[in-house]
Amino acid sequence: MSEIQNGRGLSLVPKSDVKLGMKDFKSDQEVRWCPGCGDYAILAAVQSFVPELGLKRENMVFVSGIGCSSRFPYYMNTYGFHSIHGRAPAIATGLASSRPDLSVWVITGDGDALSIGGNHLIHALRRNVNLNILLFNNRIYGLTKGQYSPTSEVGKITKSTPMGSLDKPFNPISLAIGAEASFVARTIDSDRKHLQSVLREAAEHRGTSLVEIYQNCNIFNDGAFDQLKDPEQRDDITLRLEHGQPIVSATKAVRRSADGGIEVVSRAEIAESEILVHDAHRPDPSLAFALSRLDEPAFEHVPIGVFRSVDRPSYDELMSAQLEEAAAQRGPGDLDDLLLAGDTWRIG
Amino acid sequence: MTKQVQQLDRVIIRFAGDSGDGMQLTGDRFTSGTAEFGNDLSTLPNFPAEIRAPAGTLPGVSSFQLHFADHDILTPGDAPNVLVAMNPAALKANLGDLPRGADIIANTDEFTKRNLQKVGYAVSPLEDDSLSEWRVHPVPLTSLTVRALEGFDLSKKDAERSKNMFALGLLSWLYHRPTETTIKFLENKFAKRPDIAKANIAAFQAGWNYGETTESFSVSYEVKPAKLPPGVYRNISGNQALAFGLIAASVQSRLPLFLGSYPITPASDILHELSKHKRFGIRTFQAEDEIAGVGAALGAAFGGALGVTTTSGPGVALKAETVGLAVTTELPLIVVDVQRAGPSTGMPTKTEQTDLLMAMYGRNGESPLPIVAPSTPSDCFDAAVEAARLAVKYRTPVMLLSDGYLANGSEPWKVPSAAELPDISTEFATAPNGEDGSTFLPFKRDTETLARPWAIPGTAGLEHRIGGIEKADGTGNISYDPGNHDKMVRLRQAKIDGIAQDIPPLEVDDPDGDARVLVIGWGSTYGPIAAAVRRIRKSGGKVAQAHLRHLNPLPANTGEVLRAYDKVLLPEINLGQLALLLRARFLVDIISYNRVRGLPFKAEELAGVIQDVIDSE
Repeated sequence: MSEIQNGRGLSLVPKSDVKLGMKDFKSDQEVRWCPGCGDYAILAAVQSFVPELGLKRENMVFVSGIGCSSRFPYYMNTYGFHSIHGRAPAIATGLASSRPDLSVWVITGDGDALSIGGNHLIHALRRNVNLNILLFNNRIYGLTKGQYSPTSEVGKITKSTPMGSLDKPFNPISLAIGAEASFVARTIDSDRKHLQSVLREAAEHRGTSLVEIYQNCNIFNDGAFDQLKDPEQRDDITLRLEHGQPIVSATKAVRRSADGGIEVVSRAEIAESEILVHDAHRPDPSLAFALSRLDEPAFEHVPIGVFRSVDRPSYDELMSAQLEEAAAQRGPGDLDDLLLAGDTWRIG
Repeated sequence: MTKQVQQLDRVIIRFAGDSGDGMQLTGDRFTSGTAEFGNDLSTLPNFPAEIRAPAGTLPGVSSFQLHFADHDILTPGDAPNVLVAMNPAALKANLGDLPRGADIIANTDEFTKRNLQKVGYAVSPLEDDSLSEWRVHPVPLTSLTVRALEGFDLSKKDAERSKNMFALGLLSWLYHRPTETTIKFLENKFAKRPDIAKANIAAFQAGWNYGETTESFSVSYEVKPAKLPPGVYRNISGNQALAFGLIAASVQSRLPLFLGSYPITPASDILHELSKHKRFGIRTFQAEDEIAGVGAALGAAFGGALGVTTTSGPGVALKAETVGLAVTTELPLIVVDVQRAGPSTGMPTKTEQTDLLMAMYGRNGESPLPIVAPSTPSDCFDAAVEAARLAVKYRTPVMLLSDGYLANGSEPWKVPSAAELPDISTEFATAPNGEDGSTFLPFKRDTETLARPWAIPGTAGLEHRIGGIEKADGTGNISYDPGNHDKMVRLRQAKIDGIAQDIPPLEVDDPDGDARVLVIGWGSTYGPIAAAVRRIRKSGGKVAQAHLRHLNPLPANTGEVLRAYDKVLLPEINLGQLALLLRARFLVDIISYNRVRGLPFKAEELAGVIQDVIDSE
């Protein structure tokens, strides 16, 4: 079992002198999502969870792109930047890599992060910029009123696909692991306790944390995650990922398959020792990737929790180290020296 | 044999060869020797976009033109006095620019049947009388180089590669250039390969000695140092000056520089240069694309950095939405556009002034921003500082319009001392600005500049949210109120318009004060226009000249200047973009002169155009 190495996520962010509460993080703006939207639950979970990080409120920044979820920063009484479609990871990259003293959160959706902003997302992940990216996945375009999204299932009937969508969807977790992400997790809007525990781990991870949050759009894609919420089935479907613990649901378990992969089997049929024990800190990402494929194709069993959490230097740390190294080698910059370096000559 | 030395007041040399022949390096070294000698100079590199176009073909020709003189000069010169042609393609591609009587130094070794055929010569032009109007010096450059390097442990191919240094040695002899800097340069460049360094130095010296001893060169030339204002000088290209200007802006604003950039010709050298100077606390970020480059720069600006993005026209097109976000969030940002020939990919290594209207209007909504354009390679330094001053003071994106001609061209630059540079620092907001003493209004403006406060994360009590959605005046909260939107649109415009009070008036150069024709320009056309104006005046003509550095807003007296003349001529390397703006704004009937050939204007060409306008009075 690999050891946790990365608990330094918040070490450079100044701590608050006073104890802050949920109300300190609520802005004076009226929240304007549709009644019943899953975003309310996520907002409340975040607002009630961030005080426990003990950070100075002014050192927290929420950056978003465009979409329903991207209104989020307006409701947080921190610094916030509601930017343009798909570009939040790029903007946050500039901010986080030049300000290691900030806790920077990117709020995005499946269209914003995976369609128009797909390029920025994968590059933020591979660079390991010090960001917490919360990807609200409702598998639909909400703000533009109901077109299919890059996570919609094939055959989705929407306003723009009256005969069904043709595009194979992205699996955000697989995509993130493929893009060299150092922290990848999945949670769900309706399970506040789990949501907050994942957010806590994400916040404490230095580097990019990608958290996919299954979020219900009750207007354009209602019930997308009902199996995971239905008391009758949810405990059977949900495979809890907890580091060092066997990967099981109430009735199912994950084990190595004969062909070298992994498979889900009935828990009753196998010995406890055969069950795969989750190692989130495993340097090799292939097992985490295999876990991310378990919900295909029919959502019969869905892993929830932290798929992968490994330590590698974050982008701001590497960038700062180069600046320090340059200054140590040649001294801090002097403008006159710079302008006069090289071949010069004097007249008069 | 004592050779004759002839005095000249100025010379234009063009080195031309295959893109793999090292012509740019040869030109650079000749330029350094010339700068060190104390001539005024101006250079024009001209190279294909292909890294290695097929050898020996016309598209593969790379050239470097250098104009140097014993007086101050303004352009790299219209027509070369000397052409160094390393192969038949270089001769053919450049012969049209060569006036009768000019010298041609041709590398006879490359005038082989195959190379001649490649460019359509049936007979070698060195052997028929087709070049009788020029003074041809046939020199077997390649074989002389190989012979000079016989004692070295080099393959023939490696020895041949030093032929450009042989040519440089010969030309250095011909024009009495100092040799020490080139020798030192070669020692440094090949410090890890001392054998290669020695071979190149030997080739360079062999070229010099060849000039000294051979009979094909009976005369050498001297161009006395120019009388320039006293000071310390260096040679500098536009891109290097621009990069230095950005570093100076960072120092003078006391803001850490953050560059977000994506490689693109001809702007990449700014990224390369800035990435060398991390000890100034400069963060250079090579982004995944143009959009991320400007996005990261804007994000860094939100955090209190001097955010910069550098690109060329196609990149500006991609960045437009983010620049609009910077306009509406009113954050400082510098967008450098090193213009190149378009549309689309166009001609990446060729120059043009065709992005002015994109800089002005290439965004959705009413999104005004200041535009600054440098006029010469060294002026890129001051223009960068000025762009930063406006960005920081007015919390706005600023477009800095350089171009390929300025970027790669070079000239001597009187190096300023840091103490002479303006202080362009600003204050971050530190306390609530609401009337109740506790609220922070991120869009409450300075009454004079209309700039909003710059409150950066980490400042307690000033937590606020900004974004692309229209903001309520003062509070910055989301607002769809019609009256508020109209007000904000006008406020953003008024803020930019007000900068006209903070920039110098448009100066007119009209020595006698009685010219009836004004020639006005912007950006890199300054040199050719000023050189043309000199020619007109030398021949007794009267013409006034003005050059715009600020394209938006225009200097407050622009209309007054334009209306003071009977005729206003505006040469542009586009189809009349500034003319369109000036006509619309001032209702002055501008005479446009436009050529869009990917090359700078020639002084002679513009002198003719100015004369025609004067004559038509």
